[in-house]
Amino acid sequence: MFTRREFIRGGVSAFTFSFAAPAFLSDLARAQGSARRNLVVLYLSGGNDALSMLVPYNDPEYRNRRPVLGIPAGNVLQIGSDRAGNALGLNPRLTGLKTIFDSGRLAFIQRTGYENSSRSHFQGTDIWSTANPSNSQGPGWLGRYLDTLPSPIDPLVGWSTTRDVPHLLQANRVGIAAIPTIGAYAFASPNAGAEAQFARVSATRIASHVPVDRPHLAFVNATAQQAFATLDRVAAVGAYRPAVAYPNNGFGQAMQAVAGAMVGGVGTRVFFVQTGGYDTHSGQNVNQANGAYGALMGTLNDGLIAFYNDLTRQGLFGDTLVLQFSEFGRRINENASAGTDHGAASVMMVMGGNVRGGIYGTAPNLRITPENPTLENNGQDVHYETDFRSVYATVIDSWLGGNSTQVLGADYRAGAPAIV
Amino acid sequence: MARRELLIEHLLRRIGFGASAAELDTFIELGYPASLVRLIDYESAPGSVDDHIGQPGYVAMTINGPFSPATNIAHARQRWLFRMVHSERPLQEKMALFWHNHFATAFSKVSGTLGAADGTRAMAAKATETAADVPGQLELFREHAVGNFRTLVTAVAKDVAMLVWLDGRTNVKRQPQENFARELMELFTMGVGNYAETDVYAGARVFTGWNLQRVGGTNGYNAFFYDARQHETSAKDFSFAIYPGGSKRIPARAEADGMQDGVDLINACVSHPATGPRLARKLYAYFVNEVEEPDASLIAAMASDYYQSGFEIKPMLIRLVTSPQFVDPSTYFKRYSWPAEFVVRAIKEMGWAGFSVNDALNPLITMGQQLFEPPDVAGWDLGQAWFTSGAMLARMNFAAQLATNQKFALRDAAKGEVHSPENLVSWSMDRMTAATFPGDSYNALIDYARAGGAWTGSDTQIAAKASGLAHLIVGSGEYQLI
Repeated sequence: MFTRREFIRGGVSAFTFSFAAPAFLSDLARAQGSARRNLVVLYLSGGNDALSMLVPYNDPEYRNRRPVLGIPAGNVLQIGSDRAGNALGLNPRLTGLKTIFDSGRLAFIQRTGYENSSRSHFQGTDIWSTANPSNSQGPGWLGRYLDTLPSPIDPLVGWSTTRDVPHLLQANRVGIAAIPTIGAYAFASPNAGAEAQFARVSATRIASHVPVDRPHLAFVNATAQQAFATLDRVAAVGAYRPAVAYPNNGFGQAMQAVAGAMVGGVGTRVFFVQTGGYDTHSGQNVNQANGAYGALMGTLNDGLIAFYNDLTRQGLFGDTLVLQFSEFGRRINENASAGTDHGAASVMMVMGGNVRGGIYGTAPNLRITPENPTLENNGQDVHYETDFRSVYATVIDSWLGGNSTQVLGADYRAGAPAIV
Repeated sequence: MARRELLIEHLLRRIGFGASAAELDTFIELGYPASLVRLIDYESAPGSVDDHIGQPGYVAMTINGPFSPATNIAHARQRWLFRMVHSERPLQEKMALFWHNHFATAFSKVSGTLGAADGTRAMAAKATETAADVPGQLELFREHAVGNFRTLVTAVAKDVAMLVWLDGRTNVKRQPQENFARELMELFTMGVGNYAETDVYAGARVFTGWNLQRVGGTNGYNAFFYDARQHETSAKDFSFAIYPGGSKRIPARAEADGMQDGVDLINACVSHPATGPRLARKLYAYFVNEVEEPDASLIAAMASDYYQSGFEIKPMLIRLVTSPQFVDPSTYFKRYSWPAEFVVRAIKEMGWAGFSVNDALNPLITMGQQLFEPPDVAGWDLGQAWFTSGAMLARMNFAAQLATNQKFALRDAAKGEVHSPENLVSWSMDRMTAATFPGDSYNALIDYARAGGAWTGSDTQIAAKASGLAHLIVGSGEYQLI
C-alpha cells in the first residue's frame, strides 16, 4: 500500500509513504517515467555575469565600461547576431557549448528577469525559485508542478544532486531525494550480517513513525523514509560506467549521476544541479587563462559537453531538457577589484534534443542615456526584456505537459520564447 | 545513572552540546539554578580547554607532523570540535558557532587570496599564535561571545578574514566596493526590507579605505589598516537615521578623519530599531524553539534589554533562559540540531575513548556543515533545511561509525548494568538522553534487541546489541531534535 498524508502546521510540512517493496517502486517508476522526458535545472549560484558569458562584443561601450574585464572581439566564439542585429559571442572557454549551439540544440534567452530585480542573493534566489517576486515564500515552482502529478508519486520523482533540497523543488506533498554523492547514499551498520539486517528493519520502522502532533519530528522522519525508499535504486545508479569521461569535479560528477539515473531508467522526472562561485566581486579576470570567471566557464562547459556526448551516445538527449538560471546578472561597469557587483537581468540557457536553438531576446545597449530602455539604475544595470516566468511557462506547458497557469498562478505565456 | 533530570538535560543541550555521563552527574548535583549560573557566567569556569589537547581521557585528534591549528585548517577544525566536546564554558563555543553562522565567512575564499597558512590564521588562530596579536575570526567570536554587539561588529569590520571575504580590502574611492556594506545591513544587523539600494551604495563609500595591509614582507602578517588616501570624503545620505537626532547624513570629512564614517554607520546599524528584534528572534530560535513562533512580548523585552544595555548580548540571553518559555517542557526537542551539534552531542553521550574528531570532519561535510566553510554569507540554511534524505543518511551513518568505534566501550559500560534486552534498551535511551520514543518506534528498538536469538548476556551479544542500539537511537529522527 502506498499512502500519502500531508501536514502543514506552523510552517512545517511533511509527507509520508508507507514502506513499499522495491519491485512495486520499479513498476511505479516505469509507469510515471513512460514519457521518459526529464528536466535538469541548472543553477549558477552567486549571480552570473551574463555579459562575460554571452558577449555583445561589438557594442562600442562594452570595452569602455569593461576596460579590464572586456573580452576582445577577436577572442569570443562568434555565434551570430540577435534579431536586433547585435553581434554576440560566447566566452572563449565555451567551446563545447559552441558545438551544441551550432547543432541547433542550445538556446540563449537574453535579458531575462523581472521588474525591480532584487540585488540580494537570498531574496533573488527565492524569487527565481518561487516564480513570485511579490511573495517569495512557500513551495517552489517545480515543487508546485510535482504537486499536480497524480498519486501515488514515486519517491524518486525528484533528484537533487546537492545536500539540500533547493527551494525551487520544495513541494507540499512530494518529497525530493537529496543525493550529493551516490557512494555515500547507503545505510551503514556497526554490525555485519543478520545483525545489520535487523538494524535496517528497525531503523525503517522508526522512520515510518510520522506523528501528526509533532510535525517537526514527522518532517525529519519523512526524510529518513525517503532515504529508505530510494537507496537501493540509487545504489544501482552508482554502478553506471559512462563511455564518456566526465570531469572529476563536483559539477562533472553531478552531471554523471544525472546521466546514470537517466540511463538506468529509475523514473526521475526532475533533477537539480548547482555549480557555484559566480559571485565575482573581485578577481574575475575574464581574460586570464586561469582567471576566476574563465575557470567557471571551463567547469560549466566541460561538464555539459560530457553530458551532451554521453546522452547523445545513449540516445537520450531527445528526452532531456537542461534549463539554466542564476539569481541576477551583474553590474555593467567593472569595479576596482577586477570584479562586478550585483546587477539585474541576466541570461538563461536551455539545451536539449528537442530544443529550438538560437539566440532569443535582444542584447542591452550599453550606452548610458536616460531614454535607453535596455538599462536601469541610471544606466548601471541591465533591464529585463523577457519575464523569466514566461520561460518557466514554456517548460511546464510544452515540455513537462503541465498547466503553467495553474502552477505559476497566472498566465505568462504571452511573449514566451518558443524554445521547445 | 540517574536519568530523568529532564530540565538539566535540556539546559545542557541548549546552552552547550549535551553532556557526558560524568558531566551530567556534576550538574545534577549542582541543581538547576546553580547550573544555570555556572553555564551563563562562564568566566569563573576554567578557560583552559586547549591545554587538554592530546591528554589521555580526552577525545583524540589525528595530526600528521606538528599540531598547527593556526596554519592548518584541518587542525583548526579539529581543535574547535575538541573545544565543543570538552570546554567547561560550553556557552562560549555555542555562541562562537552562532556568530560563525551570523557573520558567515568561508575559508575557501580567504585562503584563495591569502594562501592556506595565512588563511587559517585569519579564520582561527589565537592572538598568541600570530606575529602581532591579530586574532583570527573565531577568536573574535569566542572573545565577544556574550559581549557587546557593537564591539563585535566593529571588530568584524576590521577582521582580516572578513576584509578578504567581503572584499573590503579592495574598497577604494575610485570604485567603492559594495559587498561588505550590503551584508552589514542585510545580514549582520537590520535585515532585508529595512534599507534601500541607495544605502548600499552610500555604505560602500563610507567604508572606502578600510583595507588590509601586509606588514613585514614574506614572513610578515596581514592586518587591517585605514588608508586615508583611499577614503571618499564627500557626505553620504541614507534612508534611515544615522545620528540620535535623526539626521540621515554622514557629513563630508577630511581624509584623516574619514574612518569615523564607518564608526558612525556601524553605530546606526546596531542602533536601528529592526536590529534588536532581529537578533532576539535569532537567539530565540537558537536557544529555545524554532518550531513555533516566539512570544512577541519576550522578543520585545529582549530587544529592550539590548538597546538599554548599549547593545550587550548577555542581558538578552539571561532574559531568554530565565523565561517561562525556556523551561516549559513543551519546548524540549523543538530545535533541529545543526550537524556540528549533533556530532558533538553524540560523541559526548556515546563516548569517545579511542575516537578522533578527525573522523567527524568528512561526515560533517556530507551532513552539510563543514566548519569554517558556510555555503555563503547568509550562513547555513537552518531548521528543516538541514534534513534531506541524503543528509539524514549521513547522520545515521555517523551514528553507525561512532557506534562501531565505541562497541567495546559500550559493552564494558553496559555489562553488569543490564540483564535483558528491555533493560539494555532503557540503559541506552538514558545514556543518549533521547526524547521518549512513541509506541511502535520503541517496540522497534525492543524487537531489535531481541532479534537473532535468546538473551545470553555474553560479551559478544552485549557488544553487538549495545552498539546496534546506540546506532539506532542516535540515528533516529527523535535524536536529531535537541
